[in-house]
Amino acid sequence: MPIIEVDGVRKAYAGRVAVDGVGFSVEEGEIFGILGPNGAGKTTTVECVEGLRIPDAGTVRVAGLDPATDRDRVTLLLGAQLQESELQPKLTVGEALRLYSAFYPHPADWRSLAERLGLDSHLDRRFAKLSGGQKQRLFIALALIGNPRVVVLDELTTGLDPRARRDTWQLIEEIRDSGVTVLLVTHFMEEAQRLCDRVAVIDKGRLVALDTPAGLIDRTAGSTVISFTPSEPLPAAELAGLPGAASVSVAESDGRVLVHGTDDTANAVISLLARHRVTARHLRVLETSLDDAFLDLTEQDART
Amino acid sequence: MTTATSTARTTGANSPLAAVLRTETRLFLREPGSLFWILAFPTVLLTILGLIPSFREDDAALGGRSVIDLYVPVAVLLGMIMAGLQAMPPVLTGYRERGILRRMSATPVRPSALLTAQIALHGAASVGSALLAMAVGRMAFGVRLPGQPVGYLLALLLAVACVLALGATICALSRTTKASAAVGSVAYLVMMFTAGVWVPVQTMPGLLRRIVEATPFGAASQALDQAASGNWPDWAHLLVMAVWTAALGAAATRLFRWE
Repeated sequence: MPIIEVDGVRKAYAGRVAVDGVGFSVEEGEIFGILGPNGAGKTTTVECVEGLRIPDAGTVRVAGLDPATDRDRVTLLLGAQLQESELQPKLTVGEALRLYSAFYPHPADWRSLAERLGLDSHLDRRFAKLSGGQKQRLFIALALIGNPRVVVLDELTTGLDPRARRDTWQLIEEIRDSGVTVLLVTHFMEEAQRLCDRVAVIDKGRLVALDTPAGLIDRTAGSTVISFTPSEPLPAAELAGLPGAASVSVAESDGRVLVHGTDDTANAVISLLARHRVTARHLRVLETSLDDAFLDLTEQDART
Repeated sequence: MTTATSTARTTGANSPLAAVLRTETRLFLREPGSLFWILAFPTVLLTILGLIPSFREDDAALGGRSVIDLYVPVAVLLGMIMAGLQAMPPVLTGYRERGILRRMSATPVRPSALLTAQIALHGAASVGSALLAMAVGRMAFGVRLPGQPVGYLLALLLAVACVLALGATICALSRTTKASAAVGSVAYLVMMFTAGVWVPVQTMPGLLRRIVEATPFGAASQALDQAASGNWPDWAHLLVMAVWTAALGAAATRLFRWE
């Protein structure tokens, strides 16, 4: 049974529709990503899961419970890190951990949690004096302190430097490995690609795709990009006729060839070069990132 | 079993509510500015006035009492005004503005616990400030302790409830911390006047005094003064405070925005 089920959820604020019929289900033990541009309705969707907002229509279930009506029980099994929330400025890390562990009947040991998140040397530091990365680690700790079955992490790495972001990714993988399901909201493709088992892409309040990161990339036309500079020009007709090629272009300045295609196209390019006894300088075969897949999906949506 | 556990944990030293109160008390003690204005300032002001010799002399125009006799209740009210209108509103609106209440609504504890703890702490500090002013008045300037202690305590508690309800209403009406500080300051000046900080209510001319007696602090000032002189305070004054408290409390509860 899925641990989170969202079906046909709709939410409008003062007439403006933020979420329009979004539905997905999250299996226990996975890292499920909600990906989308800013203002797409990602946060509103997870706030309905957390019980912080009540959807206008549709149903939400967390372990079979409705967060809107069974909030007390849902808060016991769902831990949340919210976007743009703070703690009392003069509250220390240790006090915050002790306070929040008093909220739950069976809390995790806050000392070992602090150690695991690298907060043990900052227990006496006040919230206002923490760095961005330290604040986020504290919020992860507070999300985990009630021994939840699910954690919702909303834009956790926004505003962190690349190093802190990578450390945070490591932590999220460790959370999953400890058996907790993770619902991860992000607008970073790289983050979704690295962490998520499955991704729901939301744009303008609608679900536009739901797949594994690799599945999303495969859907994109011309997901493999081959580029090279041939020692001699190649026949244009043969280039255009490469199997699986979505587009071919040749730069006028230096004759550099750029082909969007598939794995088959890459192999065909190599045999084409061999047949014509042409050498290729700066040969590069790249896979498109989830970035391209994402742009492709949201642009399709913009066209319709 | 879950129900039994959670019921057991709503009371006792390790209950969530006790933990919130303990934590908020620590945070309250980390605000030296608030502590000074609530606890020390009214007594400091009383001491400065008490050092002026003529203020210690009994005056026939004041019913045979000295100015300092009248200023003890004023200092008592001043501490409450500082707590309820100057110190508390920015704290409560800040908790909302910074998403602290919101973070707590994602836990099994309701964010109202935070607000209740802060209101209770500011109330307790007001009472502490009142006791300090009365003790210094008694020991340094020989101001008699209230002749009608029960009436005095009743008037004092009603006045505290009233100022906290007014402070909470200001938080409910203000969207931002800055706005609540600004509205709080205006209300603070009005309340200082009606409490008799500049002119004791007892010496105000007839019509002005009638109007001031209809405000929470005008009524409080009169009730405290009467109880200090050994009489049971007029029910009208107590009623004025009770009505204000009920109306403001209802308004604050109804209008408060959690986000």
